[in-house]
Amino acid sequence: MAEADGSSRPFAGLSDVSISEDIPVEGDISMPTISSSQDDGFSTLDEPVKDTVLRDLKAVGNKFVHVLYPKKSKALLRDWDLWGPLLLCVTLALLLQGGSVDSKDDGGPQFAEVFVIIWFGSVIITLNSKLLGGTISFFQSLCVLGYCIMPLTVAMVVCRIVLLGSSGTVSFAVRLVVVSASFGWSTFASTAFLADSQPQNRKALVVYPVFLFYFVIGWMILTFAPAQ
Amino acid sequence: MATTKDPFEFQEFEESESLLEENRDATTINIDDVKESQKQRRPGMNEDEVDLLTNDDKAELLSGQKKNAPFWSFEYYQKFFDVDTYQVRSRIIGSVLPWRGKNFIELYVRRNPDLYGPFWICATLVFAIAICGNISKFLMNLGSPNYKYTAEFRKVTIAATAIYSYAWLVPLALWGFLLWRNNKVMNLVSYSFMEIVCAYGYSLAIYIPAVVLWIIPSEGLRWCSVVVALCLSGSVLLLTFWPAVKDDHLRVSIAFMSAIVILNILLAVGFKAYFFSSESPHQRTNYSAVTQVQSKPLT
Repeated sequence: MAEADGSSRPFAGLSDVSISEDIPVEGDISMPTISSSQDDGFSTLDEPVKDTVLRDLKAVGNKFVHVLYPKKSKALLRDWDLWGPLLLCVTLALLLQGGSVDSKDDGGPQFAEVFVIIWFGSVIITLNSKLLGGTISFFQSLCVLGYCIMPLTVAMVVCRIVLLGSSGTVSFAVRLVVVSASFGWSTFASTAFLADSQPQNRKALVVYPVFLFYFVIGWMILTFAPAQ
Repeated sequence: MATTKDPFEFQEFEESESLLEENRDATTINIDDVKESQKQRRPGMNEDEVDLLTNDDKAELLSGQKKNAPFWSFEYYQKFFDVDTYQVRSRIIGSVLPWRGKNFIELYVRRNPDLYGPFWICATLVFAIAICGNISKFLMNLGSPNYKYTAEFRKVTIAATAIYSYAWLVPLALWGFLLWRNNKVMNLVSYSFMEIVCAYGYSLAIYIPAVVLWIIPSEGLRWCSVVVALCLSGSVLLLTFWPAVKDDHLRVSIAFMSAIVILNILLAVGFKAYFFSSESPHQRTNYSAVTQVQSKPLT
C-alpha cells in the first residue's frame, strides 16, 4: 500500500488543475512500434548480400584510413573487428610464400609460421598490456595491432615489385628504406592508439613489445628473397 | 605494582609469539634489518636506490592485499607485472653491474618479483641472436660467389627453445635444490621460485648488447665480449646466490656455485658456437650439394 501511495502522490496535484472546455488538448501519443521507414536502415535481414559485404568492406577501408593517418581517433577502438587483421595477415603470409628454399629447413618463414607469429605475437602483447593494468579490452587491442600491420603489408608489396626488377645492392637499399619507414609508421600508429590506455609511468613497458613485434615482421619482409 | 605487571607482560609476549607463527611475513623484519645495515654500510648509496627500497615496501603492502587470488585467475598473474618503467630500468642496470656485497634479489626484487623483465628480455635475446647470427653469416660470405642468402628462420625456434628452457628450468632446479638444503641446514636467506626466475631473466640482459657486437666478423672481439658478458652476468648470479648457500657445508656450496657458473658458460659458448660459427662457407655448400644429389634418386 505504501508503494501505491508513493506512486499516486505525483498525480495528487493534478486534481487542482482544471482544464477549461474551450482550450483543446492536443498531444502526440506515439506507440513504441517500429515504423517501416526506420526499419530499412537497421535491419540487415532482407537486404542484398552485396550491400552487407560492401558495408563491411567500407568499415574495414575506413579503418585502414585511420591507420594511415593516426590522429588519435577512437574509431579503431570503438567498433573493433578482426576482418581487417585477418585480411592483412593472410595477404602478408601469402606474399612471403615462395621464398628461396635451398635445403628444406634453412629457408624463410613458411605461411603457418608467419600466421602464428602475427596472431600469437599480438595475443601476447595484448595479454602483456592487460597484465600491466591497461584499460583497453582484449579484442580492441588485437584489432589495433592487426590493423597497424598495414604499412608493413604495403612495404611487402613494394618489395615484391622491386625484386621483380633486380636483386642487387640498389634494390636492397630501396627495400631497406621502404621497410624501415613502414616499420616506424606501424609502431607510431599503434602507439598512438594503445598508449593512452596505460598509466603514464608504464607506457614504455607497453610500447617496447609492440616495437619488437613490428621489428620482427619488418625483418621477415626485408630478408625475403624469391626463388630463382 | 610489580606483581600485577608481570602476568601482563608474559601474556603480551605469548600473543606476539603466536602472531609471529601465524604470519610468515613477520620474518621480513630480519630482512629489513639487513637492508638497514646495508644502507648504513654504504652511505654513498644513490637517491633512487633508497627510493627503490621505500617503493618496494609500498609494493609489498599492495601485493599483500592481492595475495589471496587463486592461481588460475587473471589477478594472480597481474601481481607479477606490477612494475613501473623506472623499476625495470634500474633492475636491468643492476643486473649488469656487480658490486661487492650487493645482492640483486635483495636490493631490487625483494617481494615484488616481476615476470615482465624475464619474459621480454628472453624474447629480445631470441630474436637478437637469430637476426645477428644471420647478418654475421651474410657478412662472412659476402665475397663468395656460390653463397646464396637464406633467412634461416628455423634458428629462431632453436634459440627460443634454448633460452626459455635455460631461463625456466635452471631456476626450477636451483629452487628445488635450495628447498632441499633448507630442510637439512637452516639458511638465513631463502628465495622464492619467482625471485630466482626474475634474477635469472634479468641476468640474461647483458647478452643482448654482446650478441649485437658479435655481428662484427672478428673472432678476437667476439671471444672478448663473450668473456666480458660471462663475467658480468656470472658474478651477479654468484653474488646473489652466495648468501643462500653460505651456511651450508663448503663442498655443497662450492658445487652449487660451480653449477651456476658452468651452466652460464655452456649457454654463452653454445650461442657463440652454434649461431656465430666461423666454419668456412664452401664446406657447407658442398655438403648441401652432396645431400641434394643423394636425395634426388629417392624422389
